[in-house]
Amino acid sequence: MAKNSLGREIPETFNGKRYMPYKDPHAIVPETFHFQRASRMLKRNYSGASKVVGGLREAIIASGLKDGMTISTHHHLRNGDRLLNDLVKEIDALGIRDIRIAASSVHIVHAELIPYIKKGVITALECGVNGPIGEQISKGEIKCPIVVRSHGGRARSVISGEVPIDVAFLAAPFCDEYGNFNGFYGPSACGSLGYALVDAQYARKVVAVTDNLVAFPALPIGVPQNIVDIVATVDSLGDPKKIVSSTTKLTKDPMGLQIAQYAAMVIDSSGYLKNGFSFQTGTGGISLAVAGHVRDMMRERKIKGSFGCGGITGFFVDMLEEGLFEGLFDVQCFDLKAVESIGRNRKHQEMSAGLYANPFNMGAVVNRLDCAILSATEIDVNFNVNVNTESSGLLLHNTGGHCDVANGAKVSIIVCPSIRGRLPMVRDEVTTITTPGETVGVLVTERGIAVNDHLPELKAELIRRRAPVKDIRQLHDEIYAVTGAPKAVEFTDEVVGLIEYLDGTIIDTVRTVRA
Amino acid sequence: MADSQLRRTLLFVPGNMPSMLQNVPLFKCDSVIIDLEDAVNHAEKDAARNLVRRFLENWKDRNKEVLVRINPLYTKWGRDDLKAILPERPDAIRFPMCETPELALELDAELAAYERANGLEVGHFGILPSIETVKSVLNAYAIATSTKRIFGLAFGAEDYTASMGVARTNSGEDLIHPRMMIVMAAKAAGIQAIDSVFSDVNDMEALKKETELVKRIGYTGKCLVNPRQIDVIHEAFAPKREEIDYALEVVEAIKQARQMGTGVISLKGKMVDAPIVKRAVNTLRVAFAQGLVATPIDEEILNG
Repeated sequence: MAKNSLGREIPETFNGKRYMPYKDPHAIVPETFHFQRASRMLKRNYSGASKVVGGLREAIIASGLKDGMTISTHHHLRNGDRLLNDLVKEIDALGIRDIRIAASSVHIVHAELIPYIKKGVITALECGVNGPIGEQISKGEIKCPIVVRSHGGRARSVISGEVPIDVAFLAAPFCDEYGNFNGFYGPSACGSLGYALVDAQYARKVVAVTDNLVAFPALPIGVPQNIVDIVATVDSLGDPKKIVSSTTKLTKDPMGLQIAQYAAMVIDSSGYLKNGFSFQTGTGGISLAVAGHVRDMMRERKIKGSFGCGGITGFFVDMLEEGLFEGLFDVQCFDLKAVESIGRNRKHQEMSAGLYANPFNMGAVVNRLDCAILSATEIDVNFNVNVNTESSGLLLHNTGGHCDVANGAKVSIIVCPSIRGRLPMVRDEVTTITTPGETVGVLVTERGIAVNDHLPELKAELIRRRAPVKDIRQLHDEIYAVTGAPKAVEFTDEVVGLIEYLDGTIIDTVRTVRA
Repeated sequence: MADSQLRRTLLFVPGNMPSMLQNVPLFKCDSVIIDLEDAVNHAEKDAARNLVRRFLENWKDRNKEVLVRINPLYTKWGRDDLKAILPERPDAIRFPMCETPELALELDAELAAYERANGLEVGHFGILPSIETVKSVLNAYAIATSTKRIFGLAFGAEDYTASMGVARTNSGEDLIHPRMMIVMAAKAAGIQAIDSVFSDVNDMEALKKETELVKRIGYTGKCLVNPRQIDVIHEAFAPKREEIDYALEVVEAIKQARQMGTGVISLKGKMVDAPIVKRAVNTLRVAFAQGLVATPIDEEILNG
């Protein structure tokens, strides 16, 4: 065990691999550590014949998948995804064991995988998870070492070969027999295939799995035929209606609206809300309410923004069509309106996770972001943010782009109610550190705004505008005066998961909760 | 009691909902009216009273005016409400069903008795009577002038339309007459006129229109039931840029006049004297509250 710079105990090895403890957001320079781009064998295909081998089982066999290998899928169908569940069932039926899952994310729908973890079909998760799998891992009910990565960090780990993917099974909603595909059309259209684009480039074998085989060529091409080995057909990839993960309506909760109004005030005071403005926000009632304020201010002042970024919602699509942005960078579509837009509007640009947020290249899109709205399950008095575990100590959420965007954006704004249930959300220490405080700009709660020390001008401007600016410790004390101090969750010494920072160092661990 | 307290928004908060009470310090309204009357059903009157008392006891840094709407004194709860609430020093009592000056005087006497017994200045607690029946509309001026504690008249449209036997509409023709009567009575008595709740919390456009209407006829504030309505009402009451600019010019002009030893001066060919200055100060006070001017107005200017 070694302590990282944030004081968290980090094991030197985990599940047989060595890891470095987190130091600071800029500590790891790939040149110094001789990180290189992963390579895969070149291949030659003399034939112009169809690559369709049959269903999933035939594809698994054709891919040469064996015990101990790593597979990946993408999560663009989010909670509507069927492929990962069906795939693992087939892998089990073929008697293959000891598989590592390196999906771009795992959702609640994938709770079906739990029996296969117990059975030894799946023995490691090289990706973060949402929902029951994480919960059971943190309760010690199932054993499956897990390394949680951000979207940018996952792209990095795949591109550098730190997580070598043996076979990528990529859901392909609009696909031809020679392997060209996109996500724009068809019964399982999910829009952007941003996460899959990385896997298609770097996996040793690429299988396009489709429920919608179309006549050659499937245009426009998202993933091209020259990097696709196999095509498989299935009845259904899933249900795109379940892509929408959280609410798509503006919040009506007065406290949520208060938070949104303060967040809009922060953006307005940042000095970036002018021509060329770039912005990212997520789903959820508060984020959308902030976006509503931003839209109104842009309209009123006739501001032409540069780009909107991230997971894209219909709200951003409307802003694009109204002419408020030059374009959208879309790593994943968050609703069906976004799916519909990306298939017809060239200014709605599909973006790979590498382009979005991989820190080890000549510049990710997050580097060009002015303001970003991010959430938190908890935040501490040093601005460290937790999005992975909840105050119960259970691992329930994947990182998404959280630490990538916080690090990239000029002003990263955490919006968070000060109290959830009866628990204070501004803590002395967060249960788990996902995003280091030094990359967080501002915390906005309904009780006031705390500005981190590296943004003194923004702080001064907010005070000038009579915004309720408070020291984060003062905010903490005010909240504790209402809630009291909750009893700390107790953990065992057993490390069951790692929280990887975007550069591959370990920022925190997940331990089992003491029953 | 003509005072200069800004009361654009008076938010009703049910006295039996802890989650709402907890957020009272955070709402951006000018005043809060914690309700023990209509929002609380009969079985919960005791519990609500205790909850509100404990809330007020623990709310140390009061950042807005606090009124409590008690039950009418002719009910079995009214006096117990006062007994529980007055030790926690609300700023004023919202007094429902105040149909006659005698009823106002009855509350006045209760408050005075408490003030004397507890070493408070007589007149410490204010009264905001609800004018919410036809009878009370007809008695509005007599009520307004019955005691110096009364700093405003608050129109209650729901009960009023019920007492008239008509339906309430979003367009508001049914309310033209009482609204005019109440604002005239209030202005004649030198106190504030505060408009009724607008109950369709999803129709912000109609709320805006109604607020603009009552502003034009002399109302300076409005009651509300949903915190989402606060911003809309504040914006409607906010002075326009040219009004602010003119008010600043007036203040500048009167400062110069005072230096010259006079209370009257000409600005762009129009006479500026005390009533104009008073209006300018009011404009700037609201403008500051709305964040439209950077510094608060020095109200000493009125006393020059």
